[in-house]
Amino acid sequence: MKKGICLLLAALLALGCFGLSGCSGEDTVTITVYNWGQYMARGEDGCIDVIALFEEAYPGIKVNYVTVEDNETLYTKLKNGGISVDVIIPSDYMIARLISEDMLLPLNYDNIPNYSYINDDLKGMYYDPDELYSVPYTWGTVGIIYNTKYVSTEEVEEKGWGILWEESYSDKILMFSNSRDAFGIACYLLGYDVNTTDTDELNACAALLAEQKSLVQQYVMDQVFSLMEGEEAWIAPYYAGDYLTMAESNEDLAFYRPTEQGFNRFVDAMCIPSCAEHQEEAELFINFVTDPEIMAGNMEYVYYSAPADAAKAYMDEDMASDPVSYPSEEDLASATFFALLPDETTRYVEDLFIQIRAGSYTG
Amino acid sequence: MKHVNRAITVLIFLFLYLPMAVLIVGSFNTGSNLSHFDGFTLSRYAELFQDRALLALMRNSIVLSLLASVIATAFGTMAAVGIRALRPRLRGAVMAVTNIPMTNPDIVTGISLSLLFVFVGSGLLGMRQSLSFWTLLIAHITFNLPYVILNVMPKLNQMDPALHDAALDLGCTNVQAFFKVTIHEIMPGILSGAVMAFTMSLDDFVISYFVSGTDFVTLPVEIYNYVKKPIPPRVYALFTLLFLLILVLMTVMNLLQVRTDRSRSASHRAGMIKEEKR
Amino acid sequence: MRKNRTVFLSIPYLLWMLVFTLIPLGVVAYYAFTDVSTGEFTLANILSLGQYIGNIGDSMLYALVSALICLLLGYPVAYFIAKQSPVAQKFLYMLVMLPMCMSFLLRTMAWVGLLQDTGIINNLLEAIGLSRLPLIRTPAAVVLGMVYNYLPYMILPLYATIVKIDPKLIEAAQDLGCNGAQCFRRVTLPLSIPGILSGMTMVFVPAVSTFYISQKLGSSDTILIGDLIEKLFKQAYNPNMGSALSLLLMVLVFIAVAIMNRFGGEEDGVIV
Repeated sequence: MKKGICLLLAALLALGCFGLSGCSGEDTVTITVYNWGQYMARGEDGCIDVIALFEEAYPGIKVNYVTVEDNETLYTKLKNGGISVDVIIPSDYMIARLISEDMLLPLNYDNIPNYSYINDDLKGMYYDPDELYSVPYTWGTVGIIYNTKYVSTEEVEEKGWGILWEESYSDKILMFSNSRDAFGIACYLLGYDVNTTDTDELNACAALLAEQKSLVQQYVMDQVFSLMEGEEAWIAPYYAGDYLTMAESNEDLAFYRPTEQGFNRFVDAMCIPSCAEHQEEAELFINFVTDPEIMAGNMEYVYYSAPADAAKAYMDEDMASDPVSYPSEEDLASATFFALLPDETTRYVEDLFIQIRAGSYTG
Repeated sequence: MKHVNRAITVLIFLFLYLPMAVLIVGSFNTGSNLSHFDGFTLSRYAELFQDRALLALMRNSIVLSLLASVIATAFGTMAAVGIRALRPRLRGAVMAVTNIPMTNPDIVTGISLSLLFVFVGSGLLGMRQSLSFWTLLIAHITFNLPYVILNVMPKLNQMDPALHDAALDLGCTNVQAFFKVTIHEIMPGILSGAVMAFTMSLDDFVISYFVSGTDFVTLPVEIYNYVKKPIPPRVYALFTLLFLLILVLMTVMNLLQVRTDRSRSASHRAGMIKEEKR
Repeated sequence: MRKNRTVFLSIPYLLWMLVFTLIPLGVVAYYAFTDVSTGEFTLANILSLGQYIGNIGDSMLYALVSALICLLLGYPVAYFIAKQSPVAQKFLYMLVMLPMCMSFLLRTMAWVGLLQDTGIINNLLEAIGLSRLPLIRTPAAVVLGMVYNYLPYMILPLYATIVKIDPKLIEAAQDLGCNGAQCFRRVTLPLSIPGILSGMTMVFVPAVSTFYISQKLGSSDTILIGDLIEKLFKQAYNPNMGSALSLLLMVLVFIAVAIMNRFGGEEDGVIV
């Protein structure tokens, strides 16, 4: 009996060692791609598997795909320095912050010929004016997702962002759990510049958000999918592309961009952080993902807006002209981008937001 | 009173197993919502075996728990023997330190180790990646050690010291005496410590969440990410299979133990030692 | 002489515990007393802990209530198991332990599926013609989540103590004229106090520091210490404030454990 146990343990240990050696290949390079949840086609729902296709095209490279919750968490992970990743896909304002803190590597665009397909209006934007660090992955807008079974379109259009403060929907409202998007909405509602650094204005935003807290069911990021699809919640601010994903499962969901109050437009772009170990392979990956055909296949899953018009040729008609993904020029005119805020402001906002969440905000 | 206790026990077991039943039913659901049963399907199991990423995470978890529990068991048993030989007052102090990882909230253990690894790795050694498989392994060994020691220690205390001395008198060295006599006497403690360590490792989420890097992620940590996204129902299928596996393993272990207990009580102790020495 | 050499076996362990248990706590203290941007010594983090007093109080209260409910529910179960035949004991023990091996995250998600407004229980209520109840995102749901997750931690130590109680003691009490209830109150209960204390500790500690159960089952008003620490570390990038809270949490837990042990000591005295 005891011998048996020893043998069993030895066998398990051997298995363990085998398992370990199994994950480090000999001649292959493994790059780590750090991405948001549900943000790359992985062969589900009849879509392409971007990573499998890449590994097929470049047999010497393997991809370790890991997900992270939001820009702030990504920043923390990179700042802590505990990890090494090769490709990240942060949003515009976070790219600006990472550049200002010297946390990104300049790209070698010779390895990324597909960069030429990117639309001109998405090149050289404020966060990377000299086109040194980033290749757009998607762009999109933030709006209000609501369930037409419980909330009327007229009411949403009339109140705009104010619907998120409507007491009759108490406990059915979701709110962003990241400070930047949450304060952004408060700014639009109060008519402030979303990039304000004025402490009085920020305090007014905080007071508004604190007032909203008792109505909010949960502060969420990607939990929004199951809560809205399952009708556990009725109203949520979120990204246009994700609305399209949710609408697949629940036809009653609708999307509204408050064009009069203003709304956020963002670009998520691929970058290589300074902790990367395989820059060249990472650039090959970025190039592969930017290929119009791959991009079109990827967007079929992600539903965000493609940054290269060339990709629309590979999409079906409805998707390429969907007004949720590709709003009119006129609507886009009322959109604003988040800019890089000074460190003190970022810290101030984070502190306010955590106080609001903890219920200790006193104004 | 007896009937009341029985009724409460039955209810509590229902309470403990109800959520698991929900998950198991969810693995056969055509829809992905746990609250609605849309129809019966086995396709989640087929999906599971095609999902390389999920299976790799499972393998990671098993590899890590096995390594951590085996190392912690060997290391902890050795430590227990050493600690018992300490002077009583010193022993008390060491046992107090041993208790720290058990009394300390997981979240504090997790962040304290994470701060240490990053502080030393990135700060002092200038490593690019200070959080990795190795930090995860160290953390797991650290929180497993107390479980092993606290399981082995009572058995060591219960053991008749004369047995060890007898082995020495018969010409064993200390090391031989340990492997031929002591280890058999404390085996139940070692085993229950190992099983407990393995269990704790396999299900640990909080500590792993803070000390894992990107190169080696375990199933619970990824499930935390899944919980934010809609959970793909194949995760429920994996849960169901794991449940069955653990159920079978535990039952087999119990049956084996029941059998050895019986044969053990039948044979005389001295006879046992003789048999082992052969 | 023999013992002297065996002592050396403890040295690697002592070093390990020093490096991976004591020093990390020192690092937490270091962060707690330094400024997040400049890295200089400061008391600001510790002094601003006061603003979280409400969350700290909530955490303690939830954990204490959960531990007491676990005790009330767990004691009869442990007692019942201890009175079975040895083989049945082993299998019941296994059934208590088994849930601990399964992912607690998924099991909590299953509770969300059961309790939410559009969940299984509410669907059933509606199907039989009753109205839906607000079950999830209530304090009761958080307590339920804690009790569910940590009940085995109460049952197992209780069982281990009760099963060791010498039946002869109870017989002796009966011979001396105690009835069943008196036997329980005068013999079994006092002798199971070590198990009660260790069970209370094992439930209280994880419950007071959880950040998952409250996130999933609590309302947006239930922000416990664990939630705050997690947010400060993972989102707000303020490891210094997070460390200060961790330090406080640790101190509170050690005080709570010390109090429980103290109670144990007195009670022991009474029995003797």
